[in-house]
Amino acid sequence: MTNKEKYNQVFMESFSVSSDQLNENLVYQSVPQWDSIGHMGMVAALEEAFDIMMETDDIIDFGSYNKGVELLAKYNVVI
Amino acid sequence: MSIFFNDLGKHQNSIVFTTIDEQISYNDLVFEIEKLSENLLARKLAFIICENNIESVLGYLTFLRIGIVPLLVSKSIDRELLNDLITNYKPNYIWANKDYTLSNDWKITHSNRTFQLQESISPFNHEFHPSLALLLMTSGSTGSPVLVRLSYQNLIQNTISISDSLGISKEDKPITTLPMNYTFGLSIINSHLLNGCEIILTELSILSKDFWDLFKSRKPTTFGGVPYTYQMLKRIGFEKMDLPFLKKLTQAGGKLDHNMSKYFAELCLLKGIKFFVMYGQTEATARMSCLPAEDAVKKAGSIGIPIPNGSFYLVDDNLDVINEADKEGELYYKGPNVSMGYAYNVNDLILGDENNGVLATGDLAKKDNEGYYYIVGRKKRFLKIFGNRISLDEIENITLKNGYSCVCTGVDDKLYVFTENEQDVLELKNLISAKISIHHSAIIVKHISKIPRNDSGKILYSELQVK
Repeated sequence: MTNKEKYNQVFMESFSVSSDQLNENLVYQSVPQWDSIGHMGMVAALEEAFDIMMETDDIIDFGSYNKGVELLAKYNVVI
Repeated sequence: MSIFFNDLGKHQNSIVFTTIDEQISYNDLVFEIEKLSENLLARKLAFIICENNIESVLGYLTFLRIGIVPLLVSKSIDRELLNDLITNYKPNYIWANKDYTLSNDWKITHSNRTFQLQESISPFNHEFHPSLALLLMTSGSTGSPVLVRLSYQNLIQNTISISDSLGISKEDKPITTLPMNYTFGLSIINSHLLNGCEIILTELSILSKDFWDLFKSRKPTTFGGVPYTYQMLKRIGFEKMDLPFLKKLTQAGGKLDHNMSKYFAELCLLKGIKFFVMYGQTEATARMSCLPAEDAVKKAGSIGIPIPNGSFYLVDDNLDVINEADKEGELYYKGPNVSMGYAYNVNDLILGDENNGVLATGDLAKKDNEGYYYIVGRKKRFLKIFGNRISLDEIENITLKNGYSCVCTGVDDKLYVFTENEQDVLELKNLISAKISIHHSAIIVKHISKIPRNDSGKILYSELQVK
């Protein structure tokens, strides 16, 4: 699986969204399942999928599907 | 005795609410309350679709002051459930965001910022008990919601007891981290209004950057959280945050496990923050006990001692009172904050006090030889999920009504659902998540070839494998 596929899968599973919802409009609290609990679940799933440990600022800054791509680059994960 | 919703004016020009956009004083608030009160009639029923904003608290205080009985409803309520409540309870007023448009049977009579008041054009004549002040939904109630009936004395007394337990003074400045329709969140607002404090109102989550920007610029001194809030705080590195203005933290809404409780007690001691663990239920207005901050480390895992004017006792299976230390029994609470009872429909609003100040909590507890109480389990079949009390029997009923068959069990923050029908697994997860408004990651649905039952057909919950 490519990084992009892994990344997408985490989003689809964490927030119960379909692949056509994976775009710049997918932001924190834009769908019911992306609440604080969904957010923590997503962070944990990304950490597991890419074997990284995210910093506080990045967890809080991770406000959208697109922003996440940018943030993961800091951990040498290229989506 | 000071009444938090009546005595607002005495705090004059002190700031009462701060939001991202504005600040208003106690005087401004009283002026706005008077304006919203115009042409409203006492002893009517109002629904408030709550957000943590000035409008919601303004409506709540206005209604309490003029004797309208409000029901506080979560803004994330399932729309179908809200419609059922409207049909059942026939509110005269609905105070909600302008997005909530109702049918032609309603007319808009007031507006304030993002909210508007809609009045029924064919008002129902409710009969209320004279003591009835406020209705709250039991947390996590579903399907046919049960309302808790609270009296004016319940609210006034519990607010004073909480304020005394936490030593709240005018210098305290809370920021909202819990919804105001949730009893713990509401108690934070009430007890700080009593003391003339500034309250920072926000809908932002502690996981958003905007929340922490607001936090650093407005410098709150206190906030509350449920166990999950503390897990998140730990994960986002609260330990390393430099927040010298933060002086008090409160925890309630379920049991924080012993290690986490100890972790936060010790961390707060190091940071000069007072850490209070509290215990309560909507049925007791909000709070029943508090672990004093100075005992937080020594008594980690305890729910503390009863709040002023309240008392606890434990009873065994024969309903005899247990006097010895370290013996488990069901926890009973006695105090002026025990609710009048439940309402199942509109006719129940006239009922008087059915509890007589005594509440069987449904929790199993023990006390140590110094009189500190510890929750050890549950007598009734319910879980606390992210601070919300979820009845397992109720979930089974809801799924049944929707044409599924399953049995439920679990531990706090994890609901386990077992079904004999493999094809239902995903649908059950989605249905339950939607109906109880709980994130699907807390719900584990498992297929099982046969649900274990005894000879008389009773489900053997203890034989269901959790994990």
